[in-house]
Amino acid sequence: MTKRTVQFKIYRYDPDKDDKPYMQDISVELEAADKKLLDAITRLKVKDDTLSFRRSCREGVCGSDAMNINGKNGLACLTDVDSLEQPITLRPLPGLPVIRDLIVDMTQFFKQYHSITPYLINNEPAPERERLQTPEEREELNGLYECILCACCSTSCPSFWWNPDKFVGPAGLLAAYRFIADTRDQATSERLDNLEDPYRLFRCHTIMNCVDVCPKNLNPTRAIGKIKDMMLRRAI
Amino acid sequence: MKTAVLTKVFPTRSHTVAAQGGVAASLGNSTEDNWHWHMYDTVKGSDWLGDQDAIEFMCKKANEVVVELEHYGMPFDRTDDGKIYQRPFGGHSMNYGQAPVMRSCAAADRTGHAMLHALYQRNVRANTQFFVEWMALDLIRDADGDVLGVTAMEMETGEVSIFHAKATIFATGGAGRIYFSSTNAFINTGDGVGMAARAGVPLEDMEFWQFHPTGVAGAGVLITEGVRGEGGILRNSAGERFMERYAPNLKDLASRDVVSRAMTTEINEGRGCGPDKDHVLLDITHLAPENIMKRLPGIREISIQFAGIDPIKAPIPVVPTCHYQMGGIPTNYKGQVVVPQGENNNAPVRGFYAAGECACASVHGANRLGTNSLLDLLVFGKSAGETVVEDFERGDLSLKPLPEDAADASLARLARLENQKNGESVHEVRLAMQRTMQKHAGVFRFNTLLKEGVDAILAVAERAKNTEIADKSQVWNTARMEALELDNLIEVAKATMISAEARKESRGAHVRDDALDNAETPNGRDDANWLKHTLWYSEDNRLAYKPVNLKPMSDDVEPIALAKRTY
Repeated sequence: MTKRTVQFKIYRYDPDKDDKPYMQDISVELEAADKKLLDAITRLKVKDDTLSFRRSCREGVCGSDAMNINGKNGLACLTDVDSLEQPITLRPLPGLPVIRDLIVDMTQFFKQYHSITPYLINNEPAPERERLQTPEEREELNGLYECILCACCSTSCPSFWWNPDKFVGPAGLLAAYRFIADTRDQATSERLDNLEDPYRLFRCHTIMNCVDVCPKNLNPTRAIGKIKDMMLRRAI
Repeated sequence: MKTAVLTKVFPTRSHTVAAQGGVAASLGNSTEDNWHWHMYDTVKGSDWLGDQDAIEFMCKKANEVVVELEHYGMPFDRTDDGKIYQRPFGGHSMNYGQAPVMRSCAAADRTGHAMLHALYQRNVRANTQFFVEWMALDLIRDADGDVLGVTAMEMETGEVSIFHAKATIFATGGAGRIYFSSTNAFINTGDGVGMAARAGVPLEDMEFWQFHPTGVAGAGVLITEGVRGEGGILRNSAGERFMERYAPNLKDLASRDVVSRAMTTEINEGRGCGPDKDHVLLDITHLAPENIMKRLPGIREISIQFAGIDPIKAPIPVVPTCHYQMGGIPTNYKGQVVVPQGENNNAPVRGFYAAGECACASVHGANRLGTNSLLDLLVFGKSAGETVVEDFERGDLSLKPLPEDAADASLARLARLENQKNGESVHEVRLAMQRTMQKHAGVFRFNTLLKEGVDAILAVAERAKNTEIADKSQVWNTARMEALELDNLIEVAKATMISAEARKESRGAHVRDDALDNAETPNGRDDANWLKHTLWYSEDNRLAYKPVNLKPMSDDVEPIALAKRTY
């Protein structure tokens, strides 16, 4: 790619000076090396340092720069800027309170993550060496442990929009199944009890937006399905 | 005892998350191994600049801390008999350099992610009190030099608070962003290192920076050494496996400094690849695709994303890229920050501790071995915590009264930014710093470039005093955050350039054109004059030196004797 100018439409809101949010039309000239959306908005920030967004690793593993890009949630650092229709419309992740510009308050998201006891529970005395796990048992964790907590999934889920305080959401449920699936964890029964509720698990209506947007290609819907199966099997 | 953890980003977003290849421990799950061999490799890797007491401590503790993480739930890959999977890594050998050893404990190529999440999850269990998205600004010291906490700003409100503490532990990471091309995250701005330097604490061995051999050409994103551990090969434009010429024994798994210099030499001598002959190729096309999918799924994603190449089908273009800060805040093996005081070169600063990349224990010396950074942060992070408890229980730590001017330095920095007129943008000054560091203190160092580099970086440092931002909001002001980060980066850049210019020898990652291999100074290393740690003080850019500890901690092991370093 050579130099080119890219048009943006960006959600702007600074509670310190703006009465209400507005959409800003702005363009920026990109250098040949600018390939990702994050490169482009970093370039934009040189032009206007008031544009606010989170970012860190710029390689899709820290989960900081999730945003709504042309109507779909994604990570700015993993999105090819030239693949996007212009003007590129950027909004904060939907359904969470906006703090400023593209920065949302993620308290509710993390509250749900914390609600599923996101840590290994094994009350036996720790052995001197590692607990053993076969490669096949370990493989069960693939597609679960890689979550980066970017919130793309939960904030694209209508059920989470309606009940963010009651429905755990795809990210939290993926994490719940990550521990259920771990042969070293001994709290499966308590974990299922924790989700046995009209809202916490069962508000998932397999809309599958979560699968569609996950930048790590994970499948929360499948994990939720497996938890539902276990719930069912336990009931009969 | 109450603990507050301040963090600039949500805990799982810290840059440990990006570590890929593994953490070293001589578990011996796949090949015979023991901590003596690991210690030897680490001392040799450090080009004998590492302190042998701290290295012994780290290598001995490795199995314990890795197993502890496994118990916390870290999803390590497994061997067929259910143990933690281990892979070979650069510079790690069996039987004192004889052959590669499988020592790197790995969770696919996402070890840092798995580790950071497991540690955060453990903290959720412990109900740790986090202050998330608070940026620490300055260290508070009183007239005795004791550390009493930090000032910090809450990003959401812009409010500045004092965290008055009996003990302060820095785990603030490195400053890889002083270079133009870096594997490091945007947030790696050496905040703790800069804060310590401004508060009068010297910085140790800052001339030693690791250039990782395999950053994606152009993008800088890291491709783990684990790729070579799994059988990957570096090739030049002729398709030659050139590492055979530079390191006949360990070849592609030689130490990182050795591989980075070999690659740079290949490129400089016209054997680079691509239209501009500016990179070499990392080839794994001969590996079984299912093995790549199983052991290296993350680097396949990264290659596709950032190089536009599927490594199953074509080799990855790579180039040495700034990766790790070997130096830092001087500490001992207990995690205490230590400074020269009278006759004592290592007097603890009361109330101040540091661990991980921001600290210099010193276990990495002049060159770090891959997988020893995750080990360093585990061992010394734990050690620092335990030392705080000991010091506290012994009654060494108390809540001393805050000096009246405790917050003045921070408030002055903020007021300066608020009122600055006709200044330069943070972006321009930062770019000037990064280009200066890249040109004057890179993989190979040149006497004339270093001399010019000192003047150049001091000029950039002057410019940094007049940065101006347009954003004056109190709410999540990232422009202000970047300006404050630049203050920290500048301290690190000055320390690096001045320490590098002064060290008139080649050792580990610091190799200069006027200190070459000969009989008295093998590889250009001058033990008679330079077997010592650099200490740089921000005030007047003063340099001092202290001896390397060549004596192990216990009688379990003999000192590793000085020798010429070859792989």
